[in-house]
Parts: sequence; C-alpha cells; structure tokens
Amino acid sequence: MNYIGEHLLPGQLGHFFIVLALVSALVATISYFKATNNRDLSDEGSWKKLGRVAFSINAFSILSVFILLVYIMATHKFEYYYAWNHTSRDMNPEYLLAAFWEGQEGSFLLWSFWYVVIGLYIIARKTKWEAPIMSVIAIAQICLATMVLGLYIGETMIGSNPFLLVREKFADAPVFARADYLSLPQMQDGQGLNQLLQNYWMVIHPPVLFLGFAASIIPFAYAIAGLWKKDYGTWTREALPYSLFAAGILGLGIMMGAAWAYESLTFGGYWAWDPVENASLVPWLILVAGVHTQVIFNATGHSLRTTYLFFLLSFIMVVFSTFLTRSGVLGDSSVHSFTDLGMNTQLLLFLLIFTIPSLALYLVRYKQIPHIAREEETSSREFWMFIGSLVLFLSAMVITWQNSFNPIYNKITGQSTAAPEDVEFSYNKIQIFVAIVIGLLTAFAQYLKYKKTGQGWLKKFVVPTVITAAICVIYFLVSGLDYDKKGIGFQIAIYLAFVAGVYALVANAIYIWSGLNGKLKAAGGSITHVGFALSLVGILISASNRKVLSFNTTGINLKWDERSKEKPLENLTLIKGVPTDMGDYMATFVNADSTNANGNISFYRIDMMRKDSAENFTLYPNLIRNTKGMEGFSNNPDSKHYWNRDIFSYITYAADMDNRDDTAQFKRYTVNVKDTVYYSNGFFTLNNVVPNPNNKKYQFQPTDTALMADITVFSKEGTRFTAQPVFYVEGNEARYIVDTVFAQNIAIAFSRVLENQKIELQVKESNRMVPFIALKVYEFPHINLLWAGIIIMTMGFGVSMVYRRKQGRLKAINKI
Amino acid sequence: MKKTHIIILIFIAVAIAVLISFMGDLTTYDTVASARQKEGKFVHLIAKLDKSQPVEYDPITNPNYMRFVAVDTLGNSTPVIYHNAKPTDFEKSERLVLKGSMKDGTFECDEMLMKCPSKYKEDVEANKNNLSSN
Repeated sequence: MNYIGEHLLPGQLGHFFIVLALVSALVATISYFKATNNRDLSDEGSWKKLGRVAFSINAFSILSVFILLVYIMATHKFEYYYAWNHTSRDMNPEYLLAAFWEGQEGSFLLWSFWYVVIGLYIIARKTKWEAPIMSVIAIAQICLATMVLGLYIGETMIGSNPFLLVREKFADAPVFARADYLSLPQMQDGQGLNQLLQNYWMVIHPPVLFLGFAASIIPFAYAIAGLWKKDYGTWTREALPYSLFAAGILGLGIMMGAAWAYESLTFGGYWAWDPVENASLVPWLILVAGVHTQVIFNATGHSLRTTYLFFLLSFIMVVFSTFLTRSGVLGDSSVHSFTDLGMNTQLLLFLLIFTIPSLALYLVRYKQIPHIAREEETSSREFWMFIGSLVLFLSAMVITWQNSFNPIYNKITGQSTAAPEDVEFSYNKIQIFVAIVIGLLTAFAQYLKYKKTGQGWLKKFVVPTVITAAICVIYFLVSGLDYDKKGIGFQIAIYLAFVAGVYALVANAIYIWSGLNGKLKAAGGSITHVGFALSLVGILISASNRKVLSFNTTGINLKWDERSKEKPLENLTLIKGVPTDMGDYMATFVNADSTNANGNISFYRIDMMRKDSAENFTLYPNLIRNTKGMEGFSNNPDSKHYWNRDIFSYITYAADMDNRDDTAQFKRYTVNVKDTVYYSNGFFTLNNVVPNPNNKKYQFQPTDTALMADITVFSKEGTRFTAQPVFYVEGNEARYIVDTVFAQNIAIAFSRVLENQKIELQVKESNRMVPFIALKVYEFPHINLLWAGIIIMTMGFGVSMVYRRKQGRLKAINKI
Repeated sequence: MKKTHIIILIFIAVAIAVLISFMGDLTTYDTVASARQKEGKFVHLIAKLDKSQPVEYDPITNPNYMRFVAVDTLGNSTPVIYHNAKPTDFEKSERLVLKGSMKDGTFECDEMLMKCPSKYKEDVEANKNNLSSN
C-alpha cells in the first residue's frame, strides 16, 4: 500500500547511519586491535590510521543519527514511533532533549555520542596509548550501536530502532488499513512527555550523568592498556586527569538527579536509596577509591594492583547499573526503571563482554603487576589514604549487595524475598559509619607526609581541632540534631558523623593555607574535600532536622481514630479561604488555577504567613492530571527557598480530584427566633433576625430591604460557628445569600419571610461543596549546604584536573 | 602478616556481619492467608482493591484515615486501615502492594504502592489502545 503523507527519507537515512555506525565501530575495533598487537612500527601506524578513519566514520554516523532523530521530533513527524510516543505539539521546545532521552534508544544514543566526543579527544591527544584505549571505546561503540539496531535474526530482535514507524510498531492495528491514516486525529499529535520530566533538570541531568558514565571508560581503558601491553606503571600519571574528570562529572550528574527528585518527586527528599540511584552511586564510590590509590601510586609506588582493580570494577559497575535499570529486573522497586524492551539477553551480553575478559586479564597478569613488598609506614599518608579507599570500596560493595540481592535472588530461585521494613534505614545505619570513618580520614590524612611523617605533625592539628570543637559545641547547643526515631545509638552515630564532617571541612580548609600556602591551583584535592565535607554536613543537618510543618492541629474538629495516634499525621486539611494554624505559620488555600494550554495542571495557591513577623509568601504546589505514563494525578511540589532552609510543600489530596456530582439537596425548615434545627453533626439556633446588617461581611444601607438571620451552629464536638445567611429585595425581586460553615459541611440559606415572625431556612449538607485540599509541608534546614558542597566539590575536581594535567606534562618534559 | 592485611580482614569481617544483619531484615511478599499466620509481623501484602466494598475516606473529617477491603489472588480478603491520605486514583488501581502487618484481623498498612493500568510497563499497550479508540 502507498501511504499518503509519510516522510520516509529521514528514517531510512537514520537507519542507514545506525548500520554504518555499527560496521565502522567493528572496523575501528579490528584496526586498533591490530595496531595494539603489532610490533612492527610502520604496520602499527597504518592500522592506527585505518582505525582513526573508521572511528571518524562512526563519529559522523552517530552525530547524523542524533541530528536526524532530533529533526524528526522537532518537526512533529508523528509517523515515527519515537516522535509519536515521546513528544506532542504542545510540548515546550526546551524539553525536546528531555523527550529525546526519555526513551531507552535516545539514552543509548546519548551515551554513544559521548564516546564519540571522548574518542575524538583521545585521538587528538596523540597519546602512545591511543590504540589500546580506542580498541576498548570502539568495542563499547559496537555494543551501543547494536542496542539501537532494530534487526531481527529469526525471532530474536537485536536492539530497538528509534526510526521505527508507528505502523510498524503496531502492525496489526486496524487504522493502518487506510492509506491516509496520517490524516486521522490520533496521528495528528503524539503522546507527549511525562509532565514530571518537563523540568530543566531533566534537560541537563541525563547528559551530565551519561558523560560521567562514558568518561569512566577512560581509566578502565588505561588499565586494560597497561595490562595488555604489559607496561604496568607508566600510564597512571597521564590517566589521572581523566579519572578526576570522570569522578567529578559522575558525582555532579548523580547529584543533579537528586536535585530533580527533590523538586519533582514527593518522597520528601533528594535521596531515597532507590535502586537506580544506588546503581549510579556505586561506580562513583569505586572511581573515587581508584583516584586515591592512583595518587598513592604516583607518589610512592604502592597500591598499583588495587588501582587496576578499582578502575576495572568502576566501569563494570557502570555497565551493571545499565543492566539493572534497563532490563526490568528491578521491576516494581524503583521509580526510574525504563520500560522493558525485551533486550535482557543483549544487555547481559554487554555486561559479560566487559566483565569477563577484563577480569580474566587482570587475574592472569596480577603477579606481574609491580608492587612494593615493604609495607607502608603507619605514620605515612599513603597508608591512611589506602584505608580510606578500602572503606569506600567496601561501602560500594555492601550497597551493591543490598541493591541487587532481592531481584536477582528472586529471579534465580523463584523465592519471594522483599526489601526490609525500612529500606532507607537499612542503608543509613551502615553508611553513617562509612561517613564517620571517611570524614575523619579526610580530615587528617593530608597533614601526614608520604613515606613517613616526622615528629610534631600533631601540633598542626591544634587549630583545626579547636575550631571544629567550637563549631560543634555551638551548633549542638543552638540547634542539635533531632533525629531520634531510630534510637539513641543511631543518634549518637549521626552526631559523630557531624563532628567528622565538620572536622574534615575545617581541616581541609585550613590545610589550603597552612599546608599549601594558599596556592589554590595546587589545592584541588583540599577543595574537593571541603566540598565533600560540606555536602556531608548538609545531608546530616537537612535529613536529621527535617521538620513536618503540616501537623494537623487545626481548630477544625477532626475525628481521630485512636489507633492513628502513633502514626504521622502529616496531612493538614486547608479549606478554601480559611486561614489555618500550621506551627509557625498561618496557611490559607486561596484558589486553584490552571495555567497551561492543556488545562491539565492545576496550581493551588497557598498563602503562608509567619505568625511572629507577618512575613508572607505564596506557594504553588500543583497537580498534573493524566500525564503520560501515569493514570490520574501526579503531584508536583513547590518550595520556598531561604538561604538557611527550604519550605517544601505538596498536595496529598484535593477535593476536586474526585469529580463526583454534588447530589445533596436543600431541606426546608420553618423557624422562629430561638428555635433549634438539627443536622447530622449537631444543631443550630436562630438567635436573631437583623434588619439591614452593616458589619464586616455585609454592608447594607438603612434604605435597603435586607434581613440577616444570625445563627449559631453547635457541632457534636462542642465547637460553635456563626452563620449569617441574608434575605433581601433588589429591584422587586427577592434574593438570598447562602452562608456556608465549611468546617461542618453545611450551607444555610434564608429563603423566605413567613407570617408570625417566622422565617424559612434551607439547609444543605454535603461533603462536596467545600473546596479544600490536604497539604503536606516540610522544612529542610540548611539544605543549601548540600548543594553548595556539591558545587565546590565539582570545582575541586576541575582544579585538580588542570593541575595534574600540567604536572603530567612537566614530568614528561623532565624525563626527556 | 602485614597490618594492611589485618585491616582488610577486619573490614571484610565487618562487611560480612553487616550483610548477615541485612539478610535478617529482609521481609517477604505474602498473601492474606500467610500474612494472617504471621500476625504482627511486617510483610508485603500483594492484593487488589475489592471494588464491591466501599472505600471509606472522608478527608474533611480526617485526612489521615482510610479503610477499604483488599482481596488477594486466592480470593481471601481483609479489611485494611491506612493512616494517610488516599492516593490519587486509588479506585482505578489494579494491584496494591501493602506494607504493614496484620493486627486483630485487620491489616494495618504503613505504606502502599499502587499499580495503575498504564504505569510505565503497560505504557506501550495503553498507547496502542489510544490509537484504536480515538
């Protein structure tokens, strides 16, 4: 059939470039392999040349695929499944890239794109390690190209092609029997992007994270190169800037994800020990351990074997995390996991291709890797750095075990083990001790000297120790750390970790001046440590002292069930227009408004006013209806940022979520003054009928004809409310104003004046008429310390990188 | 033996101890019947909402209390009390993972995970339906 209006050329070109990328990566791998193994210099040169050409073709192909896919998405070519499934016409173009990496195919392409950048950079650097490093990168490019290949061999699908057409994806759907199917309304627009992903963090977090993932292949490839060429110890100086770069970027990428989670998700924080978060944290921990052992080796000749192991494992764990998050084995336990594309075998092969040969090579060559038999002095810097690296590594191993034991064990044995009762605590109770040890080691190790530290180093500690003690004592007196839910033992551990964090912060900051004479260019390590320590302190304060502000202590009479006493009653009901007591604030739900084109986002305006200072601000937590991938509502929080704390709020329930009709009817009562009328939750009394009321609520003139019924409502719980419905005449027409007692769900109308001083009141009871929301509000104190710490840490990595690169060059020149 | 080795051994011992204690903390996925047998013990109950029974939730009276009946695949059912706000579109959920414990014939739920018809997994199928039905 000839379909009308399809644009097939970009897709055909795109798929051609995918195949070309695969073939050229194969050629590049073979050429660079030959170049690495060849002993004849001229042969090596020509293989290398061929490798470069092949890799350039690969680079060109991947870039073309990238551009073509962006073009298809940007120009709304909805005949393509990727555009149809991930974008829509009303989507803000800024989020096009977020949509690009929403799907697995796009994120694989992103990853491959970074290998192109890294590969071209390595080639341009003309290092003698080019051939073995590029062999490794080219193999990775083969693996990634197969992930987007989309070819069937028999029944087995290899990769998922991003240029698939909708009619190929759903070949059996009846609409494709028509040649003009593109003119049908369901093909005029795409499915769009999940609203929670329409966030600037989602535009920049994945590229940074994937750059970190991709960059971790460089130290891995250097390690492989060293083993392969049996040239064990000469690459470490040259590779140090790269491993610093990888560690810095990966750390930044992870924490950008944390910032997104904090802004967009409602688990009430930035880190939830989610399996996907853990899977990306593990390679970072190992990489940081590797950076430290690498520095030890460069300075002393110790720890080369561990450096190899750490660099090999950090990239293997990157691939393992890819397997975990994309294969669907995590199943229900994570918010992040991708749709299972049925590529599990392929992902497993990707993992094995990088795991088995590299570890086998490591074991075979292990004995040959030079090491110093003499032991490190206990007073030496390298000894304690090594201990620190070991702790980081074990911490990573423990997290890996906790993270992947259940899904893998259940998959293999068919058992039904599940996560511990308190998942976060099962991690926290272990990692808090890692934090203590790492904090202390970070504080003092720099004051030691390599090889051996002489007498008198303790003296240098006097100032940092005194300052740390002062800060801690003041902080504990003024604020303290309030987290006592897990018992006194854990609280003490938190206090210790706080002291260790502050110590690391102070000692490293002072070291920049006392040890390095303020030479900031050389102080990359100390700056990084300061940033890390600051983050640690920020995490401890904001997580332990996180406060729920929305405790339900309202004047509105809520019926508590006895059993709920111990439970967190963290949802405060706010009735529209009624200022409600919320700790230090009065909170008022003002209105709900929808501002986006679709009308599927409702913003709830909450006015917050401090009781003591009348300072006020407005929060707009919002609800997103039927965003992609989520039935019903997703709640999107809003925060007010202060320099020393954040007020974080989100809506847990809104009355208009259930669009049920209000079916309650008004009931009529004829009453006299002092008469009483009963309703389901109490009664009310007509006190008086006031002619032409002039008060806060109504301003009638003496010339008007108006009557106000002054009513007191008594609820069963004993509280009183006032209701003042009005009956008036305007232009010969009788009108009335209903008054509503929101807290009791009743509306009272003064509908008629009868004989004998009687009046008619109409009463409606309904739980639908009151616009209200249930709100959750947290206060995160000093969360900015965490973000500032991450920024400083990343800058520290950058300073180190520049410094080490220069140092490496100088060393190379000195040798000549 | 070098002191590094001793320290490594100590660390490994600590790591193993930590992992053993982690294994002790692991819980299980259960049905109503098996959760009843483990009264008071924390379990993950896999069930779904019994839509023939009312869901009690009146946020004006108490936004932190809801009660409903859950039924598992074997057909056993139990009342469930959840001291929190009603999750959005609770009635549309197809599957519930309820974390909590059985007490006096009622399941006290601390936390719940909902599986809706078009969560990520079934995303593609749902989109396909959109294609045919619009």
